[in-house]
Amino acid sequence: MSSKEQILAAIKKNKPKATVLPALLSYHTEEIDRLIAQFQQASMLNGGKTILIKRIEEIPSYLQVHFDKNLQVVSLVPELHGSLDITTVQDPHDLEAVELAILKGTWAAAENAAIWMPEENLSHRALPFIAQHLAVVIESRHLLRDMHAVYEKIKIDESGYGVFIAGPSKTADIEQSLVIGAHGPRSMTVFLLTA
Amino acid sequence: MVENKTHAAAAEEFLKDEARTHWHDDTLWHVRTKRDTAAQKLPEWEELRENASQIKDYVLSNLDELLVQFEKNAVANGVEVLWAKDAQEHNDHVYRILQENDVKNLVKSKSILTEECGLNHFLEDKGYDVVDTDLGERIIQFNDQVPSHIVMPAIHLKKKEIGDIFHKHLGTDAGADDPQYLTEAARIHLREKFIKANAAITGVNFGIAETGGFVVCTNEGNADMGTHLADVHIACMGIEKLIPRAADLGVFLRLLARSATGQSITNYTSHFHRPSSGKKLYLILVDNGRTEQLGREDFRNSLKCIRCGACMNTCPIYRRSSGFSYGSTVPGPIGSILSPGMDLKKHSTLPFASTLCGSCTDVCPVKINIHEQLYKWRQVITKEGDAQPAKKWSMKLAGKILGSPAWYNFMGKSARIALKFTPDSLVYAKINAWGKQRNLPEVPKESFKEWYNKNRK
Repeated sequence: MSSKEQILAAIKKNKPKATVLPALLSYHTEEIDRLIAQFQQASMLNGGKTILIKRIEEIPSYLQVHFDKNLQVVSLVPELHGSLDITTVQDPHDLEAVELAILKGTWAAAENAAIWMPEENLSHRALPFIAQHLAVVIESRHLLRDMHAVYEKIKIDESGYGVFIAGPSKTADIEQSLVIGAHGPRSMTVFLLTA
Repeated sequence: MVENKTHAAAAEEFLKDEARTHWHDDTLWHVRTKRDTAAQKLPEWEELRENASQIKDYVLSNLDELLVQFEKNAVANGVEVLWAKDAQEHNDHVYRILQENDVKNLVKSKSILTEECGLNHFLEDKGYDVVDTDLGERIIQFNDQVPSHIVMPAIHLKKKEIGDIFHKHLGTDAGADDPQYLTEAARIHLREKFIKANAAITGVNFGIAETGGFVVCTNEGNADMGTHLADVHIACMGIEKLIPRAADLGVFLRLLARSATGQSITNYTSHFHRPSSGKKLYLILVDNGRTEQLGREDFRNSLKCIRCGACMNTCPIYRRSSGFSYGSTVPGPIGSILSPGMDLKKHSTLPFASTLCGSCTDVCPVKINIHEQLYKWRQVITKEGDAQPAKKWSMKLAGKILGSPAWYNFMGKSARIALKFTPDSLVYAKINAWGKQRNLPEVPKESFKEWYNKNRK
């Protein structure tokens, strides 16, 4: 018998009596202002920052003040221009010098500020991790109450890979002291379009 | 190594440094209070726990069908699925994959399963340099230790000690112990490893039967840095890590990080379904004693564990004895009900490393009846004759006295008189293990029964 057959046979012999799968949970949504406030609070606790904007055109002036424009910027948001054309990059190792990656989010949970980013929104799977800083643009109408609501909207196997990003790379492995910038982004800025 | 010591003997080592014991206790209690704050923010918390528990009950009672469904979907996604009965077969699979793909440099993110299988030492013996990339795991790897906690592997070390370790291994300034500075040094060191790696090994937090994919949670982003840069990804998964539906992730992700550290979610929750073009994705499904545990009616619930570590943070024994005193891959209350199933002789003292206060059961996000299982293991162990001899005869005697009202009244009276005249040197003598770390309360003049008989009018 193969290991697979042995394992399955042992389970069949040892498993308890069948039980029923409970129904999926879902909760009533909340007012948009409350969702925005919850998102901001959660994002801050995760080590990130939320900037409320009315128009996407407000982003470049913010970036100019906060990031060095001489360094590499990759933008996957059509309205914003970067200095590196991602379509010219074949090997993700060549993204090592990226200072800032600007990506478009899809759906987000207000309870924990987690934003769903399927592979198509990343260009390279490594991009949001290897970049020194990360910015994500998301529309406030795509804010949902909780994870149950987000999983209702997305299809996790539509892309080969997808990730919830809720903040910058962080660690507290040295005496529980929070340090931002463990391996990946040293900051995460979420531009929340509230128009 | 503490492997063959009893829990009490190993804990004694840790307790020698009283200041460190208090610091360890306070640190973990702080994490526990953060968990409480996070849980109390959600009015539906108890509903989530109940739902998660029922989902896991369903998984255990349908595990064979779900695994078949999971494998079928994963294979259709382009994942190569391998099965391993035990640690040896798991390690052999990993080694063969590394050989076949001509892997030279290897990075690893946190996986308690590979720790359980002894993968690092196995590969090191074959000549591989296994680089653990979770900061806490890298620290203890430098220090030649195993994790003392499943979520916070280096929680037993102080920053001064980590500074010394980094000075030795990474050339940081002597005496420097600023966490920001030390983390930056690790970042530079590990980026180089990520860039050079040909293969990345990860654990699995949840496998999804419905889609054939799996989820890995980190705060550092180290699992993603490794897997997206390397050509080969090997994911190692215990067969009990399965959930039926994609939507069930909503329940478990809401519970996991809140229970573990009081965060609302880890900053990265990665869903892997298909390999990038030109790359390879392997998934190893490991039994290693799990099917046997499934057959133990009283203990099968322990397989519902999602490895959040909440039971460790809340446990008065764990907090004051540290993870190493358990001598098992998973320490603390949950480890004390899992490990006896793997090796009853070796871990026979673990179910006794508990006050049975039940706090572990109260905080468990999937409602495992941990303290009841600890009690049940004690009965199994005592029956099999593995309890400590001193404990055994004293328990027998206690059983006789507590079982007979006449004996109880007589012994109580005698003890109250005797204790009054017993010198401290005898109560706290070496032979009386109970007297260590404990003070006797003042002896009352009369028993409650005597007081009640006098005052009931």
